[in-house]
Amino acid sequence: MSQLTTDATTYEMMVTTAARMLRDGEVVFVGIGIPNVAVNLARRTRCPNLVLIYESGAIGAQPDRLPISIGDPALVTGALGICSMPEVFQYYLQRGLIDVGFLGGAQMDRFGNLNTTVIGDYHKPKTRLPGSGGACEIAALARRILIVMAHKRRSFVERLDFVTSPGYLDGGDARQRLNLRGGGPQVVITDLGVLTFCTETREMVLESLHPGATLEQVRENTGWPLRTAAKLAVTEPPSTEELRVLRDELAARGAAS
Amino acid sequence: MSKLARMQEAMSRLVHDGDTVVMEGFTHLIPFAAGHELIRQRRKDLTLVRLTPDLIFDQMIAAGCARKLVFSWAGNPGVGSLYAFRRAVEQGIPQPLELEEYSHFGLALRLQAGAAGVPFLPTRNFAGSDLPRVNPQIRRVTCPHTGEELWSVPALCPDVAILHAQRADEDGNTQVWGLVGVHKEAAFAARRVVVIVEELVSSEVIRRDPNRTLIPGLRVHAVVVEPFGAHPSYVQGYYDRDNDFYARWEEISHDPGRLAQYLDEWVFGVPDRHAYQQKMPATYERLRAREIPCAPVNYGY
Repeated sequence: MSQLTTDATTYEMMVTTAARMLRDGEVVFVGIGIPNVAVNLARRTRCPNLVLIYESGAIGAQPDRLPISIGDPALVTGALGICSMPEVFQYYLQRGLIDVGFLGGAQMDRFGNLNTTVIGDYHKPKTRLPGSGGACEIAALARRILIVMAHKRRSFVERLDFVTSPGYLDGGDARQRLNLRGGGPQVVITDLGVLTFCTETREMVLESLHPGATLEQVRENTGWPLRTAAKLAVTEPPSTEELRVLRDELAARGAAS
Repeated sequence: MSKLARMQEAMSRLVHDGDTVVMEGFTHLIPFAAGHELIRQRRKDLTLVRLTPDLIFDQMIAAGCARKLVFSWAGNPGVGSLYAFRRAVEQGIPQPLELEEYSHFGLALRLQAGAAGVPFLPTRNFAGSDLPRVNPQIRRVTCPHTGEELWSVPALCPDVAILHAQRADEDGNTQVWGLVGVHKEAAFAARRVVVIVEELVSSEVIRRDPNRTLIPGLRVHAVVVEPFGAHPSYVQGYYDRDNDFYARWEEISHDPGRLAQYLDEWVFGVPDRHAYQQKMPATYERLRAREIPCAPVNYGY
Protein backbone atom coordinates (compact mmCIF):
# COMPACT_ATOMS: atom_id res chain seq x y z
CA MET A 1 0.00 0.00 0.00
CA SER A 2 1.35 3.37 -0.94
CA GLN A 3 2.03 6.29 1.33
CA LEU A 4 -1.02 7.98 -0.14
CA THR A 5 -3.36 5.23 0.95
CA THR A 6 -2.66 5.66 4.63
CA ASP A 7 -2.58 9.40 4.10
CA ALA A 8 -6.03 9.79 2.54
CA THR A 9 -8.96 10.21 4.91
CA THR A 10 -12.16 8.19 4.54
CA TYR A 11 -13.86 11.38 3.39
CA GLU A 12 -11.26 11.86 0.64
CA MET A 13 -11.61 8.22 -0.34
CA MET A 14 -15.38 8.59 -0.77
CA VAL A 15 -15.12 11.87 -2.67
CA THR A 16 -12.46 10.54 -5.05
CA THR A 17 -14.32 7.28 -5.68
CA ALA A 18 -17.49 9.23 -6.49
CA ALA A 19 -15.60 11.63 -8.76
CA ARG A 20 -14.18 8.70 -10.75
CA MET A 21 -17.66 7.43 -11.58
CA LEU A 22 -18.21 10.50 -13.78
CA ARG A 23 -17.29 10.70 -17.47
CA ASP A 24 -16.21 13.88 -19.18
CA GLY A 25 -19.00 15.75 -20.92
CA GLU A 26 -21.78 14.26 -18.82
CA VAL A 27 -24.66 16.32 -17.49
CA VAL A 28 -24.75 15.93 -13.72
CA PHE A 29 -27.51 16.89 -11.29
CA VAL A 30 -25.56 17.99 -8.22
CA GLY A 31 -26.59 17.86 -4.57
CA ILE A 32 -24.94 19.28 -1.47
CA GLY A 33 -22.27 17.56 0.65
CA ILE A 34 -19.93 14.91 -0.76
CA PRO A 35 -21.53 14.85 -4.26
CA ASN A 36 -20.89 18.56 -4.55
CA VAL A 37 -17.21 18.13 -3.70
CA ALA A 38 -16.89 15.04 -5.92
CA VAL A 39 -18.31 16.81 -8.95
CA ASN A 40 -16.10 19.83 -8.42
CA LEU A 41 -13.07 17.54 -8.01
CA ALA A 42 -13.91 15.74 -11.26
CA ARG A 43 -14.36 19.06 -13.04
CA ARG A 44 -10.90 20.18 -11.93
CA THR A 45 -9.18 16.89 -12.85
CA ARG A 46 -10.42 14.33 -15.43
CA CYS A 47 -13.70 15.90 -16.53
CA PRO A 48 -13.27 19.57 -17.47
CA ASN A 49 -16.38 19.40 -19.65
CA LEU A 50 -18.86 18.17 -17.03
CA VAL A 51 -22.06 20.20 -17.10
CA LEU A 52 -23.16 20.90 -13.53
CA ILE A 53 -26.89 21.40 -13.08
CA TYR A 54 -28.37 22.26 -9.71
CA GLU A 55 -32.05 21.78 -8.91
CA SER A 56 -32.13 25.46 -8.00
CA GLY A 57 -32.00 26.14 -11.76
CA ALA A 58 -28.28 26.90 -12.26
CA ILE A 59 -27.16 25.34 -15.56
CA GLY A 60 -23.45 24.88 -16.28
CA ALA A 61 -22.45 26.35 -12.92
CA GLN A 62 -18.75 27.08 -12.28
CA PRO A 63 -18.70 27.99 -8.60
CA ASP A 64 -15.49 29.69 -7.46
CA ARG A 65 -16.23 28.62 -3.88
CA LEU A 66 -17.80 25.37 -2.75
CA PRO A 67 -21.50 26.07 -2.41
CA ILE A 68 -22.87 25.45 1.09
CA SER A 69 -26.34 25.06 -0.32
CA ILE A 70 -27.66 24.18 -3.77
CA GLY A 71 -28.99 27.72 -3.98
CA ASP A 72 -25.65 29.45 -3.37
CA PRO A 73 -25.10 32.73 -5.27
CA ALA A 74 -21.71 31.43 -6.48
CA LEU A 75 -23.66 28.96 -8.67
CA VAL A 76 -25.17 31.87 -10.56
CA THR A 77 -22.08 34.02 -11.14
CA GLY A 78 -20.47 32.69 -14.32
CA ALA A 79 -23.11 29.99 -15.03
CA LEU A 80 -24.15 29.17 -18.60
CA GLY A 81 -27.78 29.74 -17.81
CA ILE A 82 -30.42 30.11 -15.14
CA CYS A 83 -33.87 28.62 -15.42
CA SER A 84 -36.90 28.32 -13.16
CA MET A 85 -37.49 25.21 -11.08
CA PRO A 86 -40.49 24.01 -13.11
CA GLU A 87 -38.15 24.22 -16.12
CA VAL A 88 -35.25 22.36 -14.54
CA PHE A 89 -37.54 19.52 -13.47
CA GLN A 90 -39.55 19.33 -16.71
CA TYR A 91 -37.20 20.36 -19.55
CA TYR A 92 -33.98 18.95 -18.13
CA LEU A 93 -34.84 16.08 -15.77
CA GLN A 94 -38.19 14.79 -17.07
CA ARG A 95 -37.10 15.35 -20.69
CA GLY A 96 -34.25 12.90 -20.04
CA LEU A 97 -31.27 15.24 -20.30
CA ILE A 98 -29.67 14.35 -16.96
CA ASP A 99 -27.00 11.61 -17.16
CA VAL A 100 -26.13 11.31 -13.48
CA GLY A 101 -27.89 12.10 -10.22
CA PHE A 102 -26.41 11.79 -6.73
CA LEU A 103 -28.52 10.60 -3.81
CA GLY A 104 -28.13 9.55 -0.19
CA GLY A 105 -30.47 8.89 2.69
CA ALA A 106 -31.06 8.07 6.33
CA GLN A 107 -32.09 4.55 5.31
CA MET A 108 -31.42 2.36 2.27
CA ASP A 109 -32.46 -1.23 1.53
CA ARG A 110 -30.75 -3.91 -0.59
CA PHE A 111 -32.46 -2.66 -3.77
CA GLY A 112 -31.23 0.92 -3.39
CA ASN A 113 -34.57 2.38 -2.31
CA LEU A 114 -33.99 5.42 -0.11
CA ASN A 115 -35.73 7.06 2.83
CA THR A 116 -35.14 10.74 3.60
CA THR A 117 -38.62 11.36 5.04
CA VAL A 118 -39.23 9.80 8.43
CA ILE A 119 -37.97 7.30 11.01
CA GLY A 120 -40.95 5.48 12.53
CA ASP A 121 -44.55 5.85 11.44
CA TYR A 122 -45.22 8.74 9.02
CA HIS A 123 -48.13 10.00 11.10
CA LYS A 124 -46.40 9.51 14.48
CA PRO A 125 -42.74 10.02 13.61
CA LYS A 126 -39.90 9.11 15.93
CA THR A 127 -37.63 11.39 13.90
CA ARG A 128 -38.93 13.67 11.23
CA LEU A 129 -36.36 14.04 8.40
CA PRO A 130 -36.34 16.81 5.75
CA GLY A 131 -38.24 14.87 3.06
CA SER A 132 -37.77 14.44 -0.66
CA GLY A 133 -36.62 17.77 -2.01
CA GLY A 134 -35.69 16.81 -5.55
CA ALA A 135 -34.63 13.26 -4.61
CA CYS A 136 -37.83 11.43 -5.63
CA GLU A 137 -37.75 12.82 -9.19
CA ILE A 138 -33.98 12.42 -9.55
CA ALA A 139 -34.37 8.75 -8.55
CA ALA A 140 -37.20 8.35 -11.05
CA LEU A 141 -35.75 10.21 -14.01
CA ALA A 142 -31.93 10.51 -14.11
CA ARG A 143 -30.18 8.03 -16.45
CA ARG A 144 -28.15 6.63 -13.57
CA ILE A 145 -27.90 7.25 -9.84
CA LEU A 146 -24.81 7.30 -7.67
CA ILE A 147 -25.60 6.78 -3.99
CA VAL A 148 -23.13 8.13 -1.44
CA MET A 149 -23.69 7.43 2.26
CA ALA A 150 -21.99 6.28 5.46
CA HIS A 151 -22.06 2.51 6.03
CA LYS A 152 -24.08 2.08 9.23
CA ARG A 153 -26.32 -0.76 10.35
CA ARG A 154 -29.08 1.68 11.24
CA SER A 155 -28.94 3.07 7.67
CA PHE A 156 -28.46 -0.16 5.69
CA VAL A 157 -31.74 -1.74 6.69
CA GLU A 158 -33.80 -4.78 5.79
CA ARG A 159 -36.95 -2.66 5.40
CA LEU A 160 -37.41 1.09 4.98
CA ASP A 161 -39.79 3.04 7.22
CA PHE A 162 -40.73 5.09 4.13
CA VAL A 163 -39.78 4.91 0.45
CA THR A 164 -39.01 8.50 -0.52
CA SER A 165 -37.01 7.74 -3.66
CA PRO A 166 -37.38 4.53 -5.64
CA GLY A 167 -34.34 2.39 -6.40
CA TYR A 168 -35.13 -1.04 -7.87
CA LEU A 169 -38.20 -1.39 -5.57
CA ASP A 170 -38.57 -5.14 -4.93
CA GLY A 171 -35.92 -6.01 -7.53
CA GLY A 172 -35.90 -7.60 -10.96
CA ASP A 173 -37.75 -5.58 -13.59
CA ALA A 174 -39.89 -3.61 -11.10
CA ARG A 175 -38.74 -0.25 -12.49
CA GLN A 176 -39.75 -1.19 -16.03
CA ARG A 177 -43.14 -2.42 -14.82
CA LEU A 178 -43.75 0.98 -13.20
CA ASN A 179 -42.56 2.75 -16.35
CA LEU A 180 -39.81 4.61 -14.47
CA ARG A 181 -37.76 6.31 -17.16
CA GLY A 182 -34.45 6.64 -15.31
CA GLY A 183 -31.99 3.75 -15.08
CA GLY A 184 -31.89 3.45 -11.28
CA PRO A 185 -28.91 3.17 -8.93
CA GLN A 186 -25.61 2.17 -10.53
CA VAL A 187 -23.37 2.15 -7.50
CA VAL A 188 -23.27 2.79 -3.75
CA ILE A 189 -20.16 4.44 -2.32
CA THR A 190 -19.73 4.18 1.44
CA ASP A 191 -16.95 4.86 3.93
CA LEU A 192 -16.06 1.16 3.77
CA GLY A 193 -16.35 0.18 0.13
CA VAL A 194 -18.16 0.21 -3.19
CA LEU A 195 -21.31 -1.75 -3.97
CA THR A 196 -22.98 -2.38 -7.30
CA PHE A 197 -26.29 -4.01 -8.28
CA CYS A 198 -26.78 -7.47 -9.79
CA THR A 199 -28.02 -6.92 -13.35
CA GLU A 200 -30.71 -9.58 -12.94
CA THR A 201 -32.04 -9.49 -9.38
CA ARG A 202 -31.00 -5.84 -8.86
CA GLU A 203 -29.79 -6.72 -5.36
CA MET A 204 -26.76 -4.91 -3.97
CA VAL A 205 -23.39 -6.69 -4.21
CA LEU A 206 -20.18 -5.65 -2.43
CA GLU A 207 -17.63 -5.02 -5.18
CA SER A 208 -14.60 -3.55 -3.41
CA LEU A 209 -13.32 -2.62 0.04
CA HIS A 210 -11.52 0.64 0.72
CA PRO A 211 -7.90 0.16 1.88
CA GLY A 212 -8.01 -0.77 5.56
CA ALA A 213 -11.68 -1.76 5.61
CA THR A 214 -12.66 -5.39 6.23
CA LEU A 215 -15.48 -7.61 5.05
CA GLU A 216 -16.46 -8.21 8.69
CA GLN A 217 -16.88 -4.46 9.20
CA VAL A 218 -19.10 -4.25 6.14
CA ARG A 219 -21.22 -7.22 7.22
CA GLU A 220 -21.59 -5.84 10.75
CA ASN A 221 -22.83 -2.57 9.35
CA THR A 222 -25.29 -4.03 6.86
CA GLY A 223 -28.76 -4.99 8.06
CA TRP A 224 -29.29 -7.87 5.62
CA PRO A 225 -27.19 -10.89 4.51
CA LEU A 226 -24.99 -9.07 2.02
CA ARG A 227 -23.90 -10.64 -1.25
CA THR A 228 -20.27 -10.12 -2.19
CA ALA A 229 -18.45 -10.34 -5.53
CA ALA A 230 -16.61 -13.59 -6.25
CA LYS A 231 -13.36 -11.66 -6.15
CA LEU A 232 -13.41 -8.68 -3.81
CA ALA A 233 -11.28 -5.79 -5.07
CA VAL A 234 -9.53 -3.05 -3.13
CA THR A 235 -10.73 0.43 -4.04
CA GLU A 236 -8.07 2.49 -5.79
CA PRO A 237 -6.88 5.20 -3.36
CA PRO A 238 -6.75 8.89 -4.35
CA SER A 239 -3.84 10.00 -6.52
CA THR A 240 -1.42 12.74 -5.52
CA GLU A 241 -3.11 15.08 -7.94
CA GLU A 242 -6.61 14.32 -6.64
CA LEU A 243 -5.46 14.90 -3.08
CA ARG A 244 -3.76 18.15 -4.05
CA VAL A 245 -6.92 19.50 -5.69
CA LEU A 246 -9.06 18.34 -2.76
CA ARG A 247 -6.79 19.82 -0.12
CA ASP A 248 -5.38 22.91 -1.79
CA GLU A 249 -8.11 24.01 -4.16
CA LEU A 250 -11.33 22.69 -2.63
CA ALA A 251 -10.67 22.37 1.12
CA ALA A 252 -9.32 25.90 1.13
CA ARG A 253 -12.77 26.87 -0.03
CA GLY A 254 -14.52 25.03 2.76
CA ALA A 255 -14.89 21.64 1.11
CA ALA A 256 -13.77 19.43 3.93
CA SER A 257 -15.94 21.05 6.58
CA MET B 1 -51.61 54.12 -9.65
CA SER B 2 -48.87 53.67 -7.13
CA LYS B 3 -48.98 50.41 -5.19
CA LEU B 4 -46.31 51.47 -2.72
CA ALA B 5 -47.08 50.42 0.82
CA ARG B 6 -45.26 50.12 4.13
CA MET B 7 -44.61 46.57 5.31
CA GLN B 8 -46.88 46.85 8.33
CA GLU B 9 -49.77 48.14 6.26
CA ALA B 10 -49.29 45.67 3.38
CA MET B 11 -49.23 42.66 5.71
CA SER B 12 -52.28 43.77 7.73
CA ARG B 13 -54.29 44.64 4.62
CA LEU B 14 -53.44 41.64 2.44
CA VAL B 15 -52.73 38.71 4.80
CA HIS B 16 -55.55 37.48 7.05
CA ASP B 17 -55.77 34.82 9.75
CA GLY B 18 -56.51 31.45 8.14
CA ASP B 19 -55.12 32.41 4.72
CA THR B 20 -53.03 30.13 2.53
CA VAL B 21 -49.79 32.07 2.07
CA VAL B 22 -46.97 31.19 -0.31
CA MET B 23 -43.66 32.92 0.57
CA GLU B 24 -41.20 31.72 -2.03
CA GLY B 25 -37.54 32.15 -2.92
CA PHE B 26 -35.27 29.10 -3.34
CA THR B 27 -32.41 29.90 -0.91
CA HIS B 28 -32.33 33.26 -2.76
CA LEU B 29 -34.80 36.11 -2.02
CA ILE B 30 -36.55 34.63 1.03
CA PRO B 31 -38.95 37.29 2.40
CA PHE B 32 -37.75 37.31 6.03
CA ALA B 33 -38.80 40.92 6.70
CA ALA B 34 -42.39 40.02 5.77
CA GLY B 35 -42.28 36.85 7.88
CA HIS B 36 -41.09 38.86 10.87
CA GLU B 37 -43.89 41.39 10.38
CA LEU B 38 -46.50 38.59 10.27
CA ILE B 39 -45.06 37.26 13.54
CA ARG B 40 -45.23 40.75 15.09
CA GLN B 41 -48.86 41.03 13.97
CA ARG B 42 -49.55 37.63 15.57
CA ARG B 43 -51.10 36.25 12.39
CA LYS B 44 -52.47 32.75 13.07
CA ASP B 45 -54.00 29.60 11.52
CA LEU B 46 -52.04 30.18 8.32
CA THR B 47 -51.45 27.45 5.76
CA LEU B 48 -47.84 28.14 4.88
CA VAL B 49 -46.54 27.11 1.46
CA ARG B 50 -42.85 26.87 0.51
CA LEU B 51 -40.75 24.23 -1.23
CA THR B 52 -38.16 24.68 1.52
CA PRO B 53 -39.70 25.95 4.79
CA ASP B 54 -36.21 27.20 5.76
CA LEU B 55 -35.58 29.36 8.83
CA ILE B 56 -38.43 31.70 7.93
CA PHE B 57 -41.13 29.07 8.47
CA ASP B 58 -39.23 27.53 11.40
CA GLN B 59 -39.59 30.96 13.05
CA MET B 60 -43.25 31.36 12.05
CA ILE B 61 -44.08 27.84 13.27
CA ALA B 62 -42.34 28.54 16.61
CA ALA B 63 -44.28 31.81 16.91
CA GLY B 64 -47.59 29.97 16.47
CA CYS B 65 -48.56 31.44 13.07
CA ALA B 66 -48.99 28.11 11.27
CA ARG B 67 -51.81 25.56 11.26
CA LYS B 68 -50.64 23.66 8.20
CA LEU B 69 -47.50 23.35 6.10
CA VAL B 70 -47.37 22.54 2.38
CA PHE B 71 -43.74 21.76 1.52
CA SER B 72 -41.18 19.49 -0.12
CA TRP B 73 -37.88 19.76 1.85
CA ALA B 74 -37.75 20.84 5.49
CA GLY B 75 -34.12 21.13 6.52
CA ASN B 76 -31.48 23.78 7.18
CA PRO B 77 -29.48 23.52 3.92
CA GLY B 78 -25.95 22.29 4.50
CA VAL B 79 -26.43 22.53 8.30
CA GLY B 80 -29.09 20.20 9.70
CA SER B 81 -32.60 20.30 11.09
CA LEU B 82 -35.33 22.87 11.48
CA TYR B 83 -36.06 22.08 15.12
CA ALA B 84 -39.21 24.20 15.57
CA PHE B 85 -40.70 22.33 12.60
CA ARG B 86 -39.62 19.02 14.14
CA ARG B 87 -41.03 19.89 17.58
CA ALA B 88 -44.37 20.72 15.97
CA VAL B 89 -44.45 17.50 13.93
CA GLU B 90 -42.95 15.14 16.50
CA GLN B 91 -44.47 16.59 19.70
CA GLY B 92 -47.21 19.05 18.70
CA ILE B 93 -45.31 22.01 20.22
CA PRO B 94 -46.42 24.85 20.32
CA GLN B 95 -49.37 23.32 18.43
CA PRO B 96 -49.89 20.41 16.04
CA LEU B 97 -48.90 21.11 12.45
CA GLU B 98 -50.79 19.46 9.62
CA LEU B 99 -48.46 18.41 6.80
CA GLU B 100 -49.12 18.21 3.08
CA GLU B 101 -45.92 16.92 1.54
CA TYR B 102 -44.59 16.77 -2.00
CA SER B 103 -41.26 16.56 -3.78
CA HIS B 104 -39.86 19.81 -5.22
CA PHE B 105 -41.08 18.86 -8.67
CA GLY B 106 -44.56 18.06 -7.36
CA LEU B 107 -45.02 21.32 -5.45
CA ALA B 108 -43.49 23.44 -8.23
CA LEU B 109 -45.95 21.80 -10.62
CA ARG B 110 -48.91 22.61 -8.33
CA LEU B 111 -48.02 26.31 -8.50
CA GLN B 112 -47.47 26.10 -12.24
CA ALA B 113 -50.94 24.58 -12.70
CA GLY B 114 -52.40 27.38 -10.57
CA ALA B 115 -50.53 29.98 -12.60
CA ALA B 116 -51.67 28.44 -15.90
CA GLY B 117 -55.34 28.20 -14.93
CA VAL B 118 -55.65 24.42 -15.38
CA PRO B 119 -56.95 22.05 -12.65
CA PHE B 120 -53.91 19.73 -12.65
CA LEU B 121 -50.64 18.95 -14.40
CA PRO B 122 -49.18 15.53 -15.17
CA THR B 123 -45.72 14.23 -14.28
CA ARG B 124 -43.59 11.13 -14.77
CA ASN B 125 -42.59 11.37 -11.13
CA PHE B 126 -43.89 9.54 -8.02
CA ALA B 127 -44.16 5.92 -9.27
CA GLY B 128 -42.64 3.66 -6.61
CA SER B 129 -42.51 6.39 -3.95
CA ASP B 130 -44.60 6.32 -0.75
CA LEU B 131 -45.43 10.02 -1.14
CA PRO B 132 -48.77 9.34 -2.93
CA ARG B 133 -49.69 6.94 -0.10
CA VAL B 134 -49.47 9.71 2.54
CA ASN B 135 -50.68 12.52 0.29
CA PRO B 136 -53.95 11.67 -1.51
CA GLN B 137 -53.62 14.84 -3.62
CA ILE B 138 -51.00 13.02 -5.72
CA ARG B 139 -53.09 10.85 -8.03
CA ARG B 140 -52.75 8.65 -11.06
CA VAL B 141 -53.98 9.92 -14.39
CA THR B 142 -54.30 8.23 -17.78
CA CYS B 143 -53.21 10.28 -20.77
CA PRO B 144 -56.30 10.62 -23.03
CA HIS B 145 -54.06 10.72 -26.11
CA THR B 146 -51.60 7.86 -25.57
CA GLY B 147 -53.20 5.84 -22.79
CA GLU B 148 -50.02 6.20 -20.74
CA GLU B 149 -50.30 6.02 -16.96
CA LEU B 150 -48.87 9.15 -15.33
CA TRP B 151 -49.22 10.88 -11.98
CA SER B 152 -50.77 14.28 -11.37
CA VAL B 153 -50.97 17.09 -8.84
CA PRO B 154 -53.81 19.60 -8.49
CA ALA B 155 -53.48 23.34 -9.07
CA LEU B 156 -52.57 25.39 -6.00
CA CYS B 157 -53.99 28.92 -5.87
CA PRO B 158 -52.90 30.50 -2.57
CA ASP B 159 -54.73 33.50 -1.13
CA VAL B 160 -51.51 35.51 -1.04
CA ALA B 161 -48.01 35.33 -2.53
CA ILE B 162 -45.24 37.22 -0.74
CA LEU B 163 -42.15 37.53 -2.92
CA HIS B 164 -38.85 39.35 -2.46
CA ALA B 165 -37.02 40.77 -5.52
CA GLN B 166 -34.19 43.07 -6.51
CA ARG B 167 -36.23 45.95 -7.91
CA ALA B 168 -39.64 47.11 -9.04
CA ASP B 169 -41.36 50.29 -10.13
CA GLU B 170 -44.24 51.67 -8.09
CA ASP B 171 -46.77 49.83 -10.27
CA GLY B 172 -45.19 46.53 -9.23
CA ASN B 173 -43.36 45.63 -12.44
CA THR B 174 -40.74 43.46 -10.80
CA GLN B 175 -37.31 42.47 -12.06
CA VAL B 176 -35.33 39.52 -10.77
CA TRP B 177 -31.95 38.06 -11.67
CA GLY B 178 -30.07 35.11 -10.25
CA LEU B 179 -32.09 32.07 -9.13
CA VAL B 180 -35.78 32.54 -9.87
CA GLY B 181 -37.13 29.39 -8.18
CA VAL B 182 -40.93 29.38 -8.48
CA HIS B 183 -41.40 33.15 -8.06
CA LYS B 184 -43.25 33.59 -11.34
CA GLU B 185 -45.53 30.59 -10.77
CA ALA B 186 -46.36 31.78 -7.24
CA ALA B 187 -47.14 35.31 -8.48
CA PHE B 188 -49.49 34.07 -11.22
CA ALA B 189 -51.13 31.39 -9.03
CA ALA B 190 -52.02 33.55 -6.02
CA ARG B 191 -55.10 35.75 -5.65
CA ARG B 192 -53.15 38.62 -4.08
CA VAL B 193 -49.46 39.43 -4.55
CA VAL B 194 -47.11 41.45 -2.35
CA VAL B 195 -43.70 42.23 -3.77
CA ILE B 196 -40.87 43.35 -1.50
CA VAL B 197 -37.84 44.92 -3.16
CA GLU B 198 -34.36 46.11 -2.34
CA GLU B 199 -34.79 49.13 -4.61
CA LEU B 200 -37.57 51.16 -6.11
CA VAL B 201 -36.79 52.19 -9.69
CA SER B 202 -38.59 54.26 -12.28
CA SER B 203 -40.69 52.65 -15.00
CA GLU B 204 -38.04 53.96 -17.40
CA VAL B 205 -35.47 51.60 -15.83
CA ILE B 206 -37.89 48.66 -16.14
CA ARG B 207 -38.69 49.50 -19.76
CA ARG B 208 -34.99 49.67 -20.66
CA ASP B 209 -34.70 45.91 -19.91
CA PRO B 210 -38.13 44.24 -20.27
CA ASN B 211 -36.72 40.70 -20.53
CA ARG B 212 -35.70 40.94 -16.89
CA THR B 213 -39.27 41.55 -15.67
CA LEU B 214 -40.42 38.33 -13.99
CA ILE B 215 -43.65 39.59 -12.43
CA PRO B 216 -45.76 42.17 -14.28
CA GLY B 217 -47.39 44.96 -12.30
CA LEU B 218 -50.83 43.75 -13.35
CA ARG B 219 -50.42 40.81 -10.93
CA VAL B 220 -49.15 42.92 -8.01
CA HIS B 221 -51.30 44.43 -5.25
CA ALA B 222 -48.60 46.05 -3.10
CA VAL B 223 -44.96 47.03 -3.46
CA VAL B 224 -42.90 47.31 -0.28
CA VAL B 225 -39.42 48.79 -0.42
CA GLU B 226 -37.35 47.02 2.22
CA PRO B 227 -33.57 47.00 1.78
CA PHE B 228 -31.87 44.01 3.48
CA GLY B 229 -35.37 42.49 3.70
CA ALA B 230 -34.22 38.99 2.69
CA HIS B 231 -31.46 38.63 5.33
CA PRO B 232 -30.24 36.04 6.42
CA SER B 233 -30.96 34.70 2.92
CA TYR B 234 -29.40 36.63 0.05
CA VAL B 235 -30.10 38.90 -2.89
CA GLN B 236 -27.88 38.43 -5.95
CA GLY B 237 -25.97 41.63 -6.62
CA TYR B 238 -26.89 43.13 -3.22
CA TYR B 239 -25.72 40.89 -0.36
CA ASP B 240 -24.48 37.34 0.23
CA ARG B 241 -26.23 34.67 2.25
CA ASP B 242 -25.43 34.90 5.96
CA ASN B 243 -24.13 31.34 6.22
CA ASP B 244 -22.85 32.00 9.76
CA PHE B 245 -26.36 32.79 10.91
CA TYR B 246 -27.78 29.69 9.19
CA ALA B 247 -25.15 27.64 11.08
CA ARG B 248 -26.03 29.36 14.37
CA TRP B 249 -29.74 28.63 13.84
CA GLU B 250 -28.97 24.96 14.54
CA GLU B 251 -28.33 25.78 18.23
CA ILE B 252 -30.93 28.53 18.48
CA SER B 253 -33.80 26.45 17.09
CA HIS B 254 -32.73 23.35 19.03
CA ASP B 255 -33.53 25.11 22.32
CA PRO B 256 -37.08 26.55 22.62
CA GLY B 257 -35.85 29.06 25.22
CA ARG B 258 -33.15 30.43 22.94
CA LEU B 259 -35.56 30.54 20.03
CA ALA B 260 -38.01 32.58 22.11
CA GLN B 261 -35.15 34.90 23.08
CA TYR B 262 -34.22 35.28 19.42
CA LEU B 263 -37.80 36.24 18.50
CA ASP B 264 -37.95 38.68 21.46
CA GLU B 265 -34.77 40.43 20.45
CA TRP B 266 -34.83 40.35 16.63
CA VAL B 267 -38.55 40.22 15.80
CA PHE B 268 -40.68 41.62 18.65
CA GLY B 269 -37.79 43.81 19.85
CA VAL B 270 -37.60 45.85 16.62
CA PRO B 271 -40.40 47.83 14.97
CA ASP B 272 -39.31 47.10 11.41
CA ARG B 273 -36.56 45.85 9.10
CA HIS B 274 -34.70 49.16 9.18
CA ALA B 275 -34.24 48.85 12.95
CA TYR B 276 -33.19 45.19 12.48
CA GLN B 277 -30.52 46.22 10.00
CA GLN B 278 -29.34 49.08 12.26
CA LYS B 279 -28.71 46.49 14.98
CA MET B 280 -26.15 44.67 12.78
CA PRO B 281 -24.12 47.23 10.82
CA ALA B 282 -21.04 44.97 10.64
CA THR B 283 -23.11 42.12 9.20
CA TYR B 284 -24.31 44.22 6.30
CA GLU B 285 -20.74 45.31 5.53
CA ARG B 286 -19.53 41.70 5.70
CA LEU B 287 -22.17 40.47 3.27
CA ARG B 288 -22.21 43.27 0.72
CA ALA B 289 -21.94 41.93 -2.85
CA ARG B 290 -19.00 42.51 -5.17
CA GLU B 291 -19.61 44.34 -8.46
CA ILE B 292 -19.83 41.85 -11.33
CA PRO B 293 -22.01 43.62 -13.94
CA CYS B 294 -23.23 41.95 -17.11
CA ALA B 295 -22.55 43.24 -20.61
CA PRO B 296 -25.27 45.54 -21.94
CA VAL B 297 -27.51 44.31 -24.76
CA ASN B 298 -28.99 46.25 -27.63
CA TYR B 299 -32.80 46.49 -27.60
CA GLY B 300 -32.77 48.61 -30.76
CA TYR B 301 -34.44 47.70 -34.03
